[in-house]
Amino acid sequence: MKLRANLIIGGALFALAILVGVLAPWLAHTDPVMDANLLNAEEPPSWTWWFGTDDQGRDIYSRVVYGARISLTVGIVSQLINSVIGVALGLSAGYWGGWWDDVVNALTNVMLAIPSLIFALAIMAVLGPGLTSLLIALGLTNWSFTCRIARASALSLRSQGYVQAATVLGYGDLRIMITQLLPNMLGPIVVIGTLGMGSAVLSEAALSFLGLGVRPPFPSWGSMLSDARDQITTAPWLSVFPGLAIFLTVLGLNLLGDGLRDILDPQSRSRRT
Amino acid sequence: MTGAPLIEVEDLRIDLDDGSRRVAAAEGISFRIDRGETFGLVGESGCGKSITALALIGLLRQPLSIGSGVIRFDGREIQHLSATAQRNLRGNRIAMIFQEPMTALNPVSPVGRQIAEMFVLHKGKSWREANQLAVEALASVRVPAPERRVKDYPHQLSGGMRQRVMIAIALACGPDLLIADEPTTALDVTVQAEIIELMRNLCAERGTAILMISHDLGLVANVCRRVAVMYAGRIVEERGSADIFRAPSHPYTQGLVDSLPRLGSRAALGRNRLKEIAGVVPAITNFPDGCRFNPRCANATDICRSVVPTADFLEAGGLVRCHHHA
Repeated sequence: MKLRANLIIGGALFALAILVGVLAPWLAHTDPVMDANLLNAEEPPSWTWWFGTDDQGRDIYSRVVYGARISLTVGIVSQLINSVIGVALGLSAGYWGGWWDDVVNALTNVMLAIPSLIFALAIMAVLGPGLTSLLIALGLTNWSFTCRIARASALSLRSQGYVQAATVLGYGDLRIMITQLLPNMLGPIVVIGTLGMGSAVLSEAALSFLGLGVRPPFPSWGSMLSDARDQITTAPWLSVFPGLAIFLTVLGLNLLGDGLRDILDPQSRSRRT
Repeated sequence: MTGAPLIEVEDLRIDLDDGSRRVAAAEGISFRIDRGETFGLVGESGCGKSITALALIGLLRQPLSIGSGVIRFDGREIQHLSATAQRNLRGNRIAMIFQEPMTALNPVSPVGRQIAEMFVLHKGKSWREANQLAVEALASVRVPAPERRVKDYPHQLSGGMRQRVMIAIALACGPDLLIADEPTTALDVTVQAEIIELMRNLCAERGTAILMISHDLGLVANVCRRVAVMYAGRIVEERGSADIFRAPSHPYTQGLVDSLPRLGSRAALGRNRLKEIAGVVPAITNFPDGCRFNPRCANATDICRSVVPTADFLEAGGLVRCHHHA
């Protein structure tokens, strides 16, 4: 199998982002919250302040590094919630069919009809800002694509010989879904998952930008962008670096998803074997 | 044979619900299989043989359903059992193998795991024990190097090997009845003979009865002690398998036997035309009255077009449904 460039670059960018998040305490030069010093306010990037400082004299580099933790946590956890919900609903709907399928379909259509960011905003408005409500809001609003794909896969897989054989051999419905259907649809689900992570990182940025995400003074890339809005002409580095971090992470996730699709696709899988 | 039969089907009717009305896809199906016996169900595509097998294991799905009749397994009526009770029978006491070994195995799971799962599922074994038993099961179907093969994925095995794995899975829990639905159709003729031999030996060793479903009269007669021939949803003749070739009684069976090419015959050498049965199988929604074979039967008379023939017991053993049987 030939490793594709998009897989390598995407994987490397995503791995780098995770590494930065994990190693944040060692990579950061200063404490992202506590080390405010108005004497250093709004310093442009230099050897001392790699990414410059903000209006309270906090090191932007350190804040971007710590921000990776929150942005990636939100991206990964909320997409995991979405995947679990989407797979559970889509898989059962496709396998069982009937009224349950109708219910799930209706629900999916509703979710697709309402822009997910608006829906997430509504949930945030009820739950109040904060990391947990951010995870819940984004975790509940982006499962419809996963659900659609899981349902379509289940529909086509359930007529496969081995699924019918499993029925004949006395497997229960749940066992069939978990051992026969799920492993066979994992490829597209994983691809959608990585792409979804990218959009969750963006949504986090958007919600934090609107002031509904992580509460200041804790840094997340979105909230840093939001804070930097007023100084975009006087201190552009405040918005450039968190923006770049978002851009590179989302780019990495999309490339990774693309690359995974290439190798998980059954067609190219049969070429590989 | 004496003693209670393993499975007994009485006057089974399978309905096909096409939305507006119910038609019988199969009716008047009666047969019994004793413990350790081999029984064949022969007929052309769509004659109702496969749905009869599905009815036995409780897997008829809409639009098909059991209309009436009784299925007794080991003395117990099973046609109205709960879904859970039927599931416990399936795989454990009644197992089935299919004609497509290419697709009947899960492509993303090693074959050993798929065998082991049967022990976990039906015998409550731990995965450790089950994996050990899987190696033994693979050895019993004469797969070489079973301890290595258990880790293989289905695509790494040949068609014959896969069908061996299917047999290992089906026989894992020591079922009383093995239903084999066209088990060798997708295989080469030489592999076919090996698989049939293997299946027959294993079942004889363990006292497992076989219900073999096929359109291949020769194959079924070779494997089975008794054979039932189905035509358009009814059993038309049920005989000992030697008798069915020697002296077929129903005109349809005669037609089938006559249409087999014999080695060395003029037809097989291409000098004569192979005999055929004139006409086509009637559509399920449009079965003729009386004997369903009458439009294609050379001996048909008025009674054949109006009265459904009853089962006549033959002196030589077996039964036939024909007004003018030989």
